[in-house]
Amino acid sequence: MATVITNERLADGVYHLRVEGNYGGEMGQFYMLRAWGAYPLLSRPLSIHQVNDDGVEFLYHVVGEGTEIFAGLTPGDNIDLEGPFGNGFPEVEGKVALVGGGIGIAPLYYCAQKLPGSDIYLGFSREAFRTEAFRPLAAELTVNVGGLILDSVDFTSYDHIFVCGPHPMLKAAQLKGFAAETAGKKPGVYLSLENRMACGIGACLVCSVSCRDGQRKACADGPVFLAEEVLFHD
Amino acid sequence: MINLTANIAGVHFKNPIVMASGTFGFGREYGKLYDVSMLGGISGKGLTLNAKAGNPGVRVYETASGMLNSVGLENPGVEGFLAKELPYWETLDTARIVNLGGNTLHDYVLGAELIQRDAEARSLAGTTAVDMIELNISCPNVKEGGIAFGVKTPAAQEVVRAVRAATKLPLAVKLSPNAEDIAEMAEMCQEEGADAVSLINTISGMKIDVRRRRSVFNNLYAGLSGPAIKPVALRMVHQVAKRVSIPVIGMGGITSATDIIEFIMAGATVIQVGTYNFMNLRAGSTLVEELQQFMLAENISSLDEIRGIV
Ligand SMILES: Cc1cc2nc3c(=O)[nH]c(=O)nc-3n(C[C@H](O)[C@H](O)[C@H](O)COP(=O)(O)OP(=O)(O)OC[C@H]3O[C@@H](n4cnc5c(N)ncnc54)[C@H](O)[C@@H]3O)c2cc1C
Ligand SMILES: Cc1cc2nc3c(=O)[nH]c(=O)nc-3n(C[C@H](O)[C@H](O)[C@H](O)COP(=O)(O)O)c2cc1C
Ligand code: FES
Repeated sequence: MATVITNERLADGVYHLRVEGNYGGEMGQFYMLRAWGAYPLLSRPLSIHQVNDDGVEFLYHVVGEGTEIFAGLTPGDNIDLEGPFGNGFPEVEGKVALVGGGIGIAPLYYCAQKLPGSDIYLGFSREAFRTEAFRPLAAELTVNVGGLILDSVDFTSYDHIFVCGPHPMLKAAQLKGFAAETAGKKPGVYLSLENRMACGIGACLVCSVSCRDGQRKACADGPVFLAEEVLFHD
Repeated sequence: MINLTANIAGVHFKNPIVMASGTFGFGREYGKLYDVSMLGGISGKGLTLNAKAGNPGVRVYETASGMLNSVGLENPGVEGFLAKELPYWETLDTARIVNLGGNTLHDYVLGAELIQRDAEARSLAGTTAVDMIELNISCPNVKEGGIAFGVKTPAAQEVVRAVRAATKLPLAVKLSPNAEDIAEMAEMCQEEGADAVSLINTISGMKIDVRRRRSVFNNLYAGLSGPAIKPVALRMVHQVAKRVSIPVIGMGGITSATDIIEFIMAGATVIQVGTYNFMNLRAGSTLVEELQQFMLAENISSLDEIRGIV
């Protein structure tokens, strides 16, 4: 059982949750959270936004019953956390771009802290949030509201590109990676997938991802995958 | 001293809490969170003779007090399991149950033979890794085989008879709540030499995405588990326990010590915990402790005192 320090509303339906305690975690890893008893049945996976001596932080979007309950938490409330789980983004060297779409910017903040000097691209459909926190960590910060943030990223000018965002954005990033390869520069494109999860630790197989070398688990082999390995079916 | 032990066909269970197939992997992942040897037993992920990739598309959906799954028996195949998991299973001090599914009668028999042969070789070497086979004739998420065997008693009878002949290991048959007559099915298993029956598997269910005007699952239907199915499961365990003399392994929606007691009172010898493992990753250790506390508080010194009491 952990204690909520703050749970601040940043934008319409977007919250920043800080939880007290001694937590670990690498960039791109996630925790399974629940702030209720038996229902909803499953815990909810949220990426690490930041972790330090004070505790662990999350950035989340209210989409349904579970995140709605998170939004009602106030300082001092209890919340259950299990983790950190998943593989996370790799520690890389060279020129790095961090590209986030909407709530997909959540895991990139911790990446930005670990990889100072990265170019950061943040895209939003309606309203930007948390961009100022990223600014001091970025070599260059690009913010876009209402467009397609991927359009701003030149895939041939980076060694590594970390992408987190909605499903269509991930597919588009994969294609841009392939196109960059054809153009003679092959960046390591990493995608953070958001498959539905039940256990979060690799035991139930509901989060299966089709990859070139067969089925992988989003929770345990991912959530971060090399873009070229993932087979997008739809 | 509270006695939590149970015995099925010579297999010792240090307590009645067994982890249900498909919700616990082969125990490794949960083994990083707590000592899984404290459990009564583990039923591994359902195996088929050959490895299976499982179903494409959405595989899980929450419902009121339950969840639908459409994993479709993704598994490493019997040989993959024997090669990759058994060194770990040899180190566990808990009843280790292989859950065996199949597409055809032939698959079931060949799978059982491979497991039997491995067990014999290990026994010569002085070790064990598999204590029991749980024959899954009730998976609702695979088209051929699985559920097709679990609905009609004559079809099930053929599989049970053939697998019984193929292995000397203690054999439990896992029944489907979708069976035409689950008590008749259980009686048949007893007649064919099964050592136990386990029930229930998930209940075939459905979820429609009204905007896309289609089922959320590629397979149309999926298997319902969790607290939503507990009353049905309990009734079926009660019905079956009244009809057979072999032990009943009861499961369906168990999330607390009192749930366990209900199943024992309905006649179960041991129980299995499935979906609750997702609600509480330490479900096993939580329940062992809760059960002890409950029995102390209620002055129950052995589960034998209350088994089948209702
Ligand atoms: C590894 C990982 C990291 C994530 N990190 C974040 C994050 O940092 N911030 C954030 O806002 N969201 C994140 N998500 C998505 C978040 O988990 C879902 O939005 C949330 O579970 C929805 O729950 P709900 O009860 O509000 O919605 P409901 O729609 O009521 O949820 C019903 C079920 O669907 C599942 N579900 C619904 N949407 C998603 C989704 N997009 N991804 C996975 N499962 C889903 C839920 O877990 C639940 O089981 C992450 C998902 C994964 C897999
Ligand atoms: C994700 C998932 C996968 C399952 N896979 C199997 C399986 O491979 N073999 C099997 O016999 N039962 C399988 N089951 C059924 C469970 O073992 C159990 O019978 C059922 O879930 C009811 O128990 P519960 O309500 O405690 O979960 C699965 C259940 C779930 C939720
Ligand atoms: S969520 Fe259970 S295996 Fe990934």
